[in-house]
Amino acid sequence: MSQLLQVLLSGLATGSIYALVAIGFTLVWQAAQTVNFAQGEFVMLPAFFVLVAMGYFGLPFLPALLVGLVLSVLVLGVLFKKLIAEPILPHGGITLIIATMALGIFLKESVKEFYSAEAQPFPSIFPNDPIDIFGAVVSLQDLFNLAISLGVVVVLTLFLNRTRTGRCMQATAQNPAVAEILGVDVKRMILYTFLINAALAALASFLITPVYLAKFSNGETLGLIAFIAAIVGGFNQIRGALVGGLLIGVLDNLTATYVTAQYRAALPLVLLIVIIMLRPQGLMGTSEGRSV
Amino acid sequence: MKRWLRPLLLVLLLVLAIIAPLGQGNYIVYTLTSWLIFSIAAMGLNLTLGYAGQISLAQASFMAIGAYTTALLTLAGWHWVLAMPLGLILCFAVGLLLGYPALRVKGHFLAFVTLAFNTLVFLILRNEEWLTGGSYGLVGMPRPDFGLFSTMKQLPFYYFTLGITVIASLVMWGIVRSPWGRAFKALRENPVRAESLGVDTRRITLLAFAIGSVYGGLAGALITPLVQFIEPGSFGVGHSLRILLMVVVGGAGYFFGPFLGAGVVIMLPEMLRFTAGYYLIIYSALVIVMLVFVPSGLIGIGGRLREKFRPRREVRADMREGARLQ
Repeated sequence: MSQLLQVLLSGLATGSIYALVAIGFTLVWQAAQTVNFAQGEFVMLPAFFVLVAMGYFGLPFLPALLVGLVLSVLVLGVLFKKLIAEPILPHGGITLIIATMALGIFLKESVKEFYSAEAQPFPSIFPNDPIDIFGAVVSLQDLFNLAISLGVVVVLTLFLNRTRTGRCMQATAQNPAVAEILGVDVKRMILYTFLINAALAALASFLITPVYLAKFSNGETLGLIAFIAAIVGGFNQIRGALVGGLLIGVLDNLTATYVTAQYRAALPLVLLIVIIMLRPQGLMGTSEGRSV
Repeated sequence: MKRWLRPLLLVLLLVLAIIAPLGQGNYIVYTLTSWLIFSIAAMGLNLTLGYAGQISLAQASFMAIGAYTTALLTLAGWHWVLAMPLGLILCFAVGLLLGYPALRVKGHFLAFVTLAFNTLVFLILRNEEWLTGGSYGLVGMPRPDFGLFSTMKQLPFYYFTLGITVIASLVMWGIVRSPWGRAFKALRENPVRAESLGVDTRRITLLAFAIGSVYGGLAGALITPLVQFIEPGSFGVGHSLRILLMVVVGGAGYFFGPFLGAGVVIMLPEMLRFTAGYYLIIYSALVIVMLVFVPSGLIGIGGRLREKFRPRREVRADMREGARLQ
């Protein structure tokens, strides 16, 4: 029993980080109809910004985190939008999707060549002490990760639903043409979406890298899991991405512990195919009602 | 283009392909052969991406299915000519099974499902050692022998591959030209309109994907005797991405785009050898720059130049937007 609780809790902790990545992905998908195939690399990169700030510029850890966050928002938010998404989007969605794939290769290979091909240790923000909850041994780090991710999701939901800017962003996502007519600065809202996505990716990076170590290839699995979480939960809902992320985190841990470790990576994929067959709009999503 | 110019160019290209490997070393002939093989894989993906407008990230895993089926059967003593079709049939069936759920819904779900599928195939190839040899792979597959014409040497194998490429291209040409193939194009240009004209969008897209997968399988069936060693690592997601970029770089939706794209992707590492490890960085950056300025690929550059010097007459430019109303 205590083992089950332990597996569940650490699954939730990882799952909540997946959820952060999946939410950013969903937001960008809604606002710009862009499936960002470099999303995994967006999570891989910020940790390296921090490592560079610490290693080459001698900053202490916390200021380095801040630098990493700002750089991520600039590079993965502003530059990504201005240099890639904006010029390519008029050529069509597929062209942009392929460009993000090329961007993923570019980021991954750049880190590998210019920083290191080896996994780098990354300091944890929180102490990694084990604590005892009803007999289950859980690391304090896991609990903090869970709390922070859930907190961010709550704040983000409040922002989108309760503030004027948030509502304008939602209007833009639902129908940019009508939003524009109603006086919403659509371009600015889309920029905000990209910024939020970059910030979420950076946060996820800071939380998950201490567990996985910083490695150039981290994005491959993370990106795939984030897509799957977004689709399983429902592409057009924030809470969908949250549910999808948590579900995959828990299921992943359960399979690894109780069923098979060899095919652990296969579980999210099978889940994806089952969901697409049975409930293509996702667990929490609402149907878009057109098949073309 | 004048009517006689196109066939003449084609014959010229074919003659060039026949004399290119003469007097060259084994390595160059090997590279040319793998160019042909990847052209076949890219040609199939071009049907899915360029004509039916769906992204598939599983072309490498279809190559794996073709390659492993052929390898296992030829190792068991079958002739390549009998083993290859079985691999193709398997690819077609898997393509239908995989595409059916993914294409039921709007959006780019096929991209995700195929991405997941490729990872799944990789895991199976690596973990099921009793069948696939695990990460050590399979070795020693024989090359096809037709009595008088043995492909054991590199040059005959090149001609054998060239023959198959020509046949595969002719079949593809037939598919694209048939009324059925034109439905693909209609679909890509404007799905809503195509459907209103009675095109069964879903069935056509599904078939395009399945046929494209068969071409992947054929490429795999040729890789087996060429390399005579296959392992899971040669069929990962990265390779699917590589084939996809071949199609895009060459020009998606153009018949000869895949040949050009495969040529660039195979030859570029040789040309950029001096840049050592930075090759992929430079290549991916070039792809992004190309997508910003010439989204239709390298073949599209020609068309763009032509239009610059000889602008096409447009009777009613407003019709262009009108046709796109959604």
